[in-house]
Amino acid sequence: MNFLAGTWVGEWLIGLGRLALLTREAVAACLTLKASRRDLLYQIYFIGIKSQAVVLVTGAFTGMVLTAQTYFQFHKVKMDTATLAVVGVSMCDELGPVLTALMVAGRVGAAIAAEIGTMRVTDQIDALRTLATHPIDYLVVPRLLASIIALPLLTMESIVLGITSGYLVGTQLLGIDPTYLYYDMMKYMNDVDVVFGLVKSFVYGGIIALIGCYKGLTCGMGAEGVGRATTEAVVYSSITILITNFFLTLLLQRLYVLIS
Amino acid sequence: MIEVRQLSKSFGSQLILDGVDLRIESGESAVIIGRSGGGKSVLLKHIIGLLQPDAGEVFVDGENITRMNERQLLRVRSKFGMVFQGAALFDSMTVAENVAFPLERKHQFTPGEIAKRVVAALEMVDLPGTEKKKPAELSGGMRKRVGLARAIVYEPQIVLYDEPTTGLDPIVSDSIDKLIIRVRDHLKVTSIVVTHDMRSAQRVGNHVIMLHEKKVYANCTPEKLFASTDPVVRQFVDGVADK
Repeated sequence: MNFLAGTWVGEWLIGLGRLALLTREAVAACLTLKASRRDLLYQIYFIGIKSQAVVLVTGAFTGMVLTAQTYFQFHKVKMDTATLAVVGVSMCDELGPVLTALMVAGRVGAAIAAEIGTMRVTDQIDALRTLATHPIDYLVVPRLLASIIALPLLTMESIVLGITSGYLVGTQLLGIDPTYLYYDMMKYMNDVDVVFGLVKSFVYGGIIALIGCYKGLTCGMGAEGVGRATTEAVVYSSITILITNFFLTLLLQRLYVLIS
Repeated sequence: MIEVRQLSKSFGSQLILDGVDLRIESGESAVIIGRSGGGKSVLLKHIIGLLQPDAGEVFVDGENITRMNERQLLRVRSKFGMVFQGAALFDSMTVAENVAFPLERKHQFTPGEIAKRVVAALEMVDLPGTEKKKPAELSGGMRKRVGLARAIVYEPQIVLYDEPTTGLDPIVSDSIDKLIIRVRDHLKVTSIVVTHDMRSAQRVGNHVIMLHEKKVYANCTPEKLFASTDPVVRQFVDGVADK
């Protein structure tokens, strides 16, 4: 491995190893319930409640534009009533979880990295350690638990709003028959689509919290270090979510085929 | 009792400490002096296990802490209180929440007991009535006092001070020195103070350790150090720049 030292590949591999160690320690601390209830509730409020506006607007307008685009194509082959089925499956399987996660990564991932990074450069993390408090128990565990609880709930809201707004656009604006629109959506959608979306959002919640915490805990010194950590937290979380989405889709589909 | 044996530490290619040996007995008040960038704070961080040495060992009450992981170190660190150079107060919390923090993490005290201890600690550092203020509303000297209150509220056996008077005016520095002496005498703690303030070193220490060229250069009483005719010691004590 020596030939990799100092190269960007080497740095990347070292970073990946450190992130894996942080993940292992954070998961172990989560399992032994090392977070205080007050900290956990505050993080759920910060990640879940405070992200409502951005997630709901994203979900609603994604459902609306997807409905319009699908209708314009399907109308050519007289399949207007199948429009909401496509919107439903897309929102549950892909767009709901991925867009929600990307929006939360931008808002929450950046905030986590900036807050922990500032604590690091002002010695507050060392102060925690001298006060016999493990930074992972105090800083990472509440954020990780809150993120994996809040993301599925936010995703569900986004999906429901996306489908509802799509339904309204389809029936009120585009003139599709409401009964057949609803009937076709129920016909072509499965419960498993919702489960896939929830599983994905759970994983993305973990990715956002862990990368945000990791970037904060390892940020460079000074304002520049905090700024870079914040940017990297958003960029790395977003890229990881998009790459993971592809593999998770394949994995979940295979598992579904195997089970059914 | 704290013992450091052959401690060496580098950051990248820069060697900071090279085979440092020292011993601080329980109840002693030791002052570590030396030039800026000479490794004083690095040595202090090794004593509390915030840094791992490249070589050498640190013993706290006979326990070798250099081979402990972070979770094992938490137990050892509960013997310590540390006052940081920039106070390192948690800026999202009030003064009272900062001081109460170590007590709340111990889960051994009722809210009433915690409130009582917080008031007592703030009175000890001459800051009564500041409980509801945020760190951003405090002056540099007040922040250091709150940092000290947070470090002593759980009655540790050893208190470490990292440049407690740096950046403060002489009057506030004097009050911080008096506070260090008061804490030492009232709580009977072992004190280790890192400073390059010679007046402060003379007042608060009964044992002075001088770092020079990455090693312990002098290890004696303040009286002996200030009476020394050694050119390196004299240059530092008198504050004379290199030619």
